[in-house]
Amino acid sequence: MNTTIMLFLLQDGITNGAIYALLGLALVLVFAVTRVILIPQGEFVTYGALTYASLASGQMPGTAKLALAMGIGACAFDLFVARKTLHSRLILRSILANIVLPAIVLALTIYFAAQKPPVAVCIALSLVIVAMIGLYLYRIAFQPLAHTSVLVLLIASVGVHLALQGLGLLFFGAEGQRGPAVLSGAFTAGSLRFTGQSLTVYGITIAFIVGLWLFFGLTLYGKALRATAVNRLGARLAGIRTTLSGQIAFLLASVIGALSGIMIVPITTLYYDSGFLIGLKGFVAAIIGGLVSYPLTAGAAVFVGIVEAFSSFYASNYKEVIVFMLLIPVLLLRSLAAPAVEEEKD
Amino acid sequence: MQSRLPILVFAALMAAIPFVPGVPPFWIVLLDNIGLAALVAMGLVLLTGVGGLTSFGQAAFVGFGAYTTAVLTTTYGLSPWLTLPLSLVVSGVFAVLLGLITVRLSGHYLPLGTLAWGLGLFYLFSKLEFLGRNDGISAIPPLSIGAFRMLSPGSIYYAIWAAVLISALLTMNLLDSRTGRAIRALRRGHVAAEAFGVHTPRAKLLVFIHAAVLAGLSGWLYAHLQRAVTPTPFGAHAGIEYLFIAVVGGAGYVWGGVLGAAIVVILKEVLQSYLPLILPGSGQVETIVFGIMLVALLQLAPGGVWPWLMSFFPERTRGRKPDTSLKLETRSHSPGQGSVLLQVEKARKQFGGVVAVNNVSFDVQAREIVALIGPNGAGKSTTFNLITGVLSATSGSISVLGKKVDRAPPQEIVKLGISRTFQHVKLVPDMTVLENVAIGAHLRGQSGPLASMLRLDRVDEAKLLAEAARQIERVGLAEQMHQLAGSLSLGQQRIVEIARALCVDPMLLLLDEPAAGLRHMEKRQLAKLLRDLRDGGMSVLLVEHDMGFVMNLADRIVVLDFGTKIAEGTPATIKTNPEVIKAYLGVAA
Repeated sequence: MNTTIMLFLLQDGITNGAIYALLGLALVLVFAVTRVILIPQGEFVTYGALTYASLASGQMPGTAKLALAMGIGACAFDLFVARKTLHSRLILRSILANIVLPAIVLALTIYFAAQKPPVAVCIALSLVIVAMIGLYLYRIAFQPLAHTSVLVLLIASVGVHLALQGLGLLFFGAEGQRGPAVLSGAFTAGSLRFTGQSLTVYGITIAFIVGLWLFFGLTLYGKALRATAVNRLGARLAGIRTTLSGQIAFLLASVIGALSGIMIVPITTLYYDSGFLIGLKGFVAAIIGGLVSYPLTAGAAVFVGIVEAFSSFYASNYKEVIVFMLLIPVLLLRSLAAPAVEEEKD
Repeated sequence: MQSRLPILVFAALMAAIPFVPGVPPFWIVLLDNIGLAALVAMGLVLLTGVGGLTSFGQAAFVGFGAYTTAVLTTTYGLSPWLTLPLSLVVSGVFAVLLGLITVRLSGHYLPLGTLAWGLGLFYLFSKLEFLGRNDGISAIPPLSIGAFRMLSPGSIYYAIWAAVLISALLTMNLLDSRTGRAIRALRRGHVAAEAFGVHTPRAKLLVFIHAAVLAGLSGWLYAHLQRAVTPTPFGAHAGIEYLFIAVVGGAGYVWGGVLGAAIVVILKEVLQSYLPLILPGSGQVETIVFGIMLVALLQLAPGGVWPWLMSFFPERTRGRKPDTSLKLETRSHSPGQGSVLLQVEKARKQFGGVVAVNNVSFDVQAREIVALIGPNGAGKSTTFNLITGVLSATSGSISVLGKKVDRAPPQEIVKLGISRTFQHVKLVPDMTVLENVAIGAHLRGQSGPLASMLRLDRVDEAKLLAEAARQIERVGLAEQMHQLAGSLSLGQQRIVEIARALCVDPMLLLLDEPAAGLRHMEKRQLAKLLRDLRDGGMSVLLVEHDMGFVMNLADRIVVLDFGTKIAEGTPATIKTNPEVIKAYLGVAA
C-alpha cells in the first residue's frame, strides 16, 4: 500500500467519522436525558439530506407537510392532556407552536420550491422542517411514555423508525438523490485534495462539539438537561421541567441529524433507508464511548470511520461485518474492566 | 403450581383448527408463522421480561438453527431429525460464546451489544460462500416420518405447534423452580440474589442459552417449512421485531410471547392485504401504519396485552400451603458457647479519599446478640458489606470461625453460614412471599435447570418450599405467604427478609435496621424472635437506630462514629459512656 492511498483512506475515514461523531453525540444526548435509544436518528439524517436535495432541485419535499400534520397531532395531545385545565393562553401557545409555525414553514417551502432557491435557503428550510419533526415526535410518541422502562421506550423507538422510514419512501421515492455541495471549490496540499465540502464537515463537527460543550457547561438549560439525565425525579423536585429537557434533547438531535445529512448528501448518494445504517454506526461510536462521554464518543467515531474506510478498501465484502464486530472486543474490555455495579431497575 | 387445564384446552383447540371445515389454507400458513415467532418470543420473555436482559440478536440464533440444518441436509445429506439436535447445539454453543461476552454487560450496553453482533452475524451469513451468500440455500428436504412427508404448511403445522406447546411447558416449569427463582431475581439487581449463593453470571448465561436454543428450534422448523433459507429473515429488523413481539404481548409472561406473535403476525398480514385497498398505489403504507399502531399500543398498554387481558379475569388465590413436615438437612455442627464466630480486625474501607470504615475491630461470639450502632454515615452498612463480601476491605482482615475470608465473594460467605438482610429492602416485588423466602434456601437445594424443566425436581422443590413456609410461620407472616411481596408494608417486607435469611440455616444472622418501620407490638415480637434464635444457638449482629430496642435486646454493643469505633461494651456501660453521648448529642449536651 502506498502513502497516497493510505492518506486518501484516512481522509475519507475522518470525514465519515466526523459525521458518525455528530450522530453519536446526539444519541448520547437523547439517551442520557430521555432514556430513549433513538433508532430514528438515521431518519433525521435522511430527512434532512433528501429535503435539502429535493429543494435544491426545485421539488416540493413531503416532509414539510409531515411537519404540519405532526404539529396538529402534537397540539391535539397537548389539548387532550390539559383538557381539565384549559385556558386561552395555553391553547394559543400550543396552536402557535404546533400549527401556525409549521404552516408558515410549509407556505415558505411551497413558495421557494417552485423557484430553485439558493443553497443557504435550502439548508435553512431543511433544518427547520426536520427540527419541527423531531420536536413534535417527542410530544406525540415519547412524552406519553416517559415514565415507562427503557425497553418499552426502545420498542416505541423502533415503531417510530419504521413509520418514518415508510414515510421517507412515500416522500422521496426509492431512487437515491444527491445534493449540491454546501461549499464548492477545492485545494490540494501535497498529494491530498481537500474539497470545500469535507472542510465544511470538519468545521461543523468541531463547532458542534465545542457548542455542546459550552451549552452543557455554561448555560442554565444545559445544566437542567444534565440534571435531568442524572436524576429525573430530583430534577423535577428542583423545578426543572423534564418535559422541556426532553424537547430540547430531541430538538438538538433532529438538528444534528439533519445537518449531518445535508453534509453527506453532496458526497454520497442517499436513499430513503440509508439513514438506518449510518445511524447505527453512530451507535457503535456511542457505545464505544460508553453512552456517557462526549469526547470519547467523538474519538471512537473517527476510529469507526477510519476502520470502515480501510476495510472497504481491503475487504469490501466484509466492511459491515468488521465495523459491527469492532464492538465485541470493546464490549469485552468493558465487561472485564467494569466492576459489578448494583443497579435497580423498574 | 399453575393449572394445566387451560393449556390442555388450548392444545386441543390448536389441534382441531385444521379440521374445521372452511378454514382457508392461508390461515394455517399464518398460524405456522405465529408458532415460529412465538418460539423466539418465548425465549425473549425469559431473557428480557423475566431476566431483564434485552437482546436484539435473537434473529441471528434463528439463523444459526436454520443454516445448520440447511447445510447439513443439503451438502451432507443428513436426515432433518439428525440435524435437529445439531441445530440446537450450534445455537447453544454460539450463545455460550456470545453470552460470555455480553451478559456481563450492564444496562444499556447489553441491548446495543446484541444489536451490534446481530448485525455483524447477518452480514456474515450473507457473505459466506458455503452459506450461499445472498442467495442462501434452497432445496432443503422436508421433515418426514416414515413415508409421511411434511410438504404442506398444514402438515408441518403440528410439528411447529407441538414445539411451541412443549417449549412453553418446559419454560414455565423452569420458572417455577429453584433455578427459576434465581432467574426471576436477576432483574432486581444481583446483590440480594448473590447474598444467598446465586451465581448471577451463570444464571444470566443460562437464560441466554435457553432463549438461543428456542430461537434455534424456530430456525430449524423455519428451514424445513420454507425448504430454503436466505439471510434476510435473520437481520437486524427481524431481531428487533422479535423483541417487540415479546413486549407487545407482555414481556414477563410466557403466553404473552405467543399472544404477541399472534398480534404482530396477524396485524402485519391484515395491513398488507387490506391497506392497499383503502390507500391504493402507495408503497410502504403498511410499515407506516404498523409503526404508528405499535407506538399507540405501547401508549395504551405499556405492560403488554397479556397482563391487560388477564386483569379481566378474577385472580384465583393460588398456591397451597407446602407440607411443612418435609425437612432439609441442617448445618452439621453448631459452634459451642464462647467460641468466636466472626472476627473483624482493623477493617478499613476507603472510597477514594473518604474513609468509610477506619480500622474497626470487633468480634461476634456464639450465642450472642451484638448491636452495631452509631449516627447516620458512621459506616455501619459498609461494615456489613465488608463482612458479607459485597465490598472488599482496603486493608485489615475478616475471619469466620478462625478462617480468613477477606476476598471471598458473597456466595462463599453465605456458604459459611452467615446470612443477612438489607437496609433498603431487596425483595422481588412480583414474586410471592413464599417464593422470595425460598431464595434463601437456594444453596440447600440441588436441582439444576434441566431437572426443573422436566419436573424431576419436585422432591427437592417441596423440601425447599417447606423450609421457606416454616421460616415464614416462625416470623409470623403465615397469613401473607401467598401474597406478592411488593404488596406488603415496608415493615412486613423487612420481616420477610429475615425469614429469607433464616432459610440459609445460618449460624450468624446480620440484620440491617430490622425494626425500622415496625409498630410497637411488632418490635416486641421481633425482639422475642431474636432472643429465641439466640437461645436456639444462633448469633445475631444487628444495625439499629431504635435505642430502646437495642438496649433491651443486645448482649453487647459496638459504637461507630465517622467510620471509627468509639466504644464497645454492655448496654449499661454504653448508656453512660461520655464518648457515645457526645457522638449522638453533640458536645454541649
